[in-house]
Amino acid sequence: MRIKYLIEKEFKQMFRNNFLPRLIIGFPLMMMLVLPWAANMEIRNINLAVVDNCKNTYSRRLLEKASSSDYFHLVEVASSYEEAMNGVERGNTDIILEIPATFDRDFVKEGNSKVLISVNTVNGTKGSLGSTYLSSIVADFNKEIISESGISGKANIPQVEIIVQNRFNPHMDYKIFMVPALVVMALTMLCGFLPALNIVSEKEKGTIEQINVTPVSKFTFIVAKLIPYWIVGFIVLSLCFLLAWMVYGLTPQGSLLTVYLYALLYVLAMSGFGLVISNYSDTMQQAMFVMYFFMMILMLMSGLFTPLSGMPQWAQNMAMFNPLKYFIQVMRQVYLKGSSITELAPQAIALVSFALFFNGWAILSYRKRG
Amino acid sequence: MMENPVIHVEKLTKRFGSFTAVDNISFDVGKGEIFGFLGANGAGKTTAMRMLCGLSKPTGGTGTVAGFDINKESEQIKQNIGYMSQKFSLYEDLKVWENIRLFGGIYGLSDKEIAQKTDDLLKRLGFESERNTLVQSLPLGWKQKLAFSVSIFHEPRIVFLDEPTGGVDPVTRRQFWELIYQAADKGITVFVTTHYMDEAEYCNRVSIMVDGRIEALDSPSELKKRFEVGTMDEVFYLLARKAKRGE
Repeated sequence: MRIKYLIEKEFKQMFRNNFLPRLIIGFPLMMMLVLPWAANMEIRNINLAVVDNCKNTYSRRLLEKASSSDYFHLVEVASSYEEAMNGVERGNTDIILEIPATFDRDFVKEGNSKVLISVNTVNGTKGSLGSTYLSSIVADFNKEIISESGISGKANIPQVEIIVQNRFNPHMDYKIFMVPALVVMALTMLCGFLPALNIVSEKEKGTIEQINVTPVSKFTFIVAKLIPYWIVGFIVLSLCFLLAWMVYGLTPQGSLLTVYLYALLYVLAMSGFGLVISNYSDTMQQAMFVMYFFMMILMLMSGLFTPLSGMPQWAQNMAMFNPLKYFIQVMRQVYLKGSSITELAPQAIALVSFALFFNGWAILSYRKRG
Repeated sequence: MMENPVIHVEKLTKRFGSFTAVDNISFDVGKGEIFGFLGANGAGKTTAMRMLCGLSKPTGGTGTVAGFDINKESEQIKQNIGYMSQKFSLYEDLKVWENIRLFGGIYGLSDKEIAQKTDDLLKRLGFESERNTLVQSLPLGWKQKLAFSVSIFHEPRIVFLDEPTGGVDPVTRRQFWELIYQAADKGITVFVTTHYMDEAEYCNRVSIMVDGRIEALDSPSELKKRFEVGTMDEVFYLLARKAKRGE
């Protein structure tokens, strides 16, 4: 029962540390209360400049329609495309809508007309979403005019109307998409990286040598390091779920038990990964840098912010070795779709493999005797 | 050759690449003996000691510590020894009693034994008022006395002390050595490295290492006689100045 004394020591040190308890409370609060609002991919207030070469009823109606939308903010009505471009160059304008002089005439004669949309894509997401929104406004306007005036000509071509139904997140609320993934981040930091840094700090202080000269086995020592962080990790996880429910009214569609089960597998895998890093690091500084390096890659290639399916094949292949990816999938599917364990079997297999691989490696690379 | 030595070492060697830190050393240490392990900086004292404690694997040679093979039974050795390293090694962010409890627990003592022995220990050291003090706020001399007491808390057969009195004043050193004598009286073998030659005089026997080899091993009085000098200081100087390894 030696482990009892070691776990007791870890808890005493954790709560005596003047930073850790605050981090344990502050981290989930930040993750749950602040980030879902900030980590938001919805684009609003796109600065729109219009070049209306037609200046007629139809073109004015289009202008009104575009500028009355939430998404656009009309900043300039320019007299020429060049003038509007100046606005883009100065950074005042994000998107230009140019209406040709023949706009009305084309409508009446041919039943359709062309407009030019020119987008500043320095910020790619904003640019592409802006042009999509604006195109759909133009298309919508097109339909309105056709049905109102009964303009014939080519307009009687049967049209396909698309009804979009957003399943599992009916209002396309970005927060609901982000919250489960942010929980994963919190868990990664607390259970993956903190215990590893703790072990490196014992190396740095030299206290690990005092432990190495006792009969405590390396396995006992490491497990005693991990258990307190696992407990803290699960408290934080529960705190996150509670906040998600209280603040966003978000509860998992599937079983909470499934979430906890996968969280356990994930925490095992990431703790193992952290231990591997700690075994190869002699100083805290070194361990921190290595962790930052992997954290950046793991996060950006996990599908947390940007969908994996949009990445090139090689990137998708790399992401197969990212434990974060699987757990984020699980969290989103259970929370939004209500998936059960049977549907999530591939993720379970992946996480178990990671857990075995990293912990095996950690045990092999830990040396009690040089 | 000694009968039933507590530490028995034959041709112990440790190489790091092409550098031979410990070169073919052999010696015995008897039960209850205070054995001084001297040598200049870089002579290989700490490396040799680490091999005896099971912290480092020998490159060559054989030996037993507390009856267990240093090559194969390092975990059994660890149950039977205490160790106090050069670097102060109690947990600074734990209180005095918490450190005692932790190490007592690690060596398999029960809660009851720990509580009883902690009271005795604190009383003996006159530390009762510091029971709830964090180790980090104790003066260095006190820390070292405490670290020593913790290292023999589980009543090991041998205690290894690696420069235990570095940086403390002569009065505290004197008190520290009183603790060492008390331990030796209880039958604990003390294996100590030091740079203070007055401390060498307190040992039953000393060995002097130069460049990884043991150049002399005897009682302080015999050594002084052999080298025809009056102090251990001079003995050490005569031997250590031959060293080729610098600092």
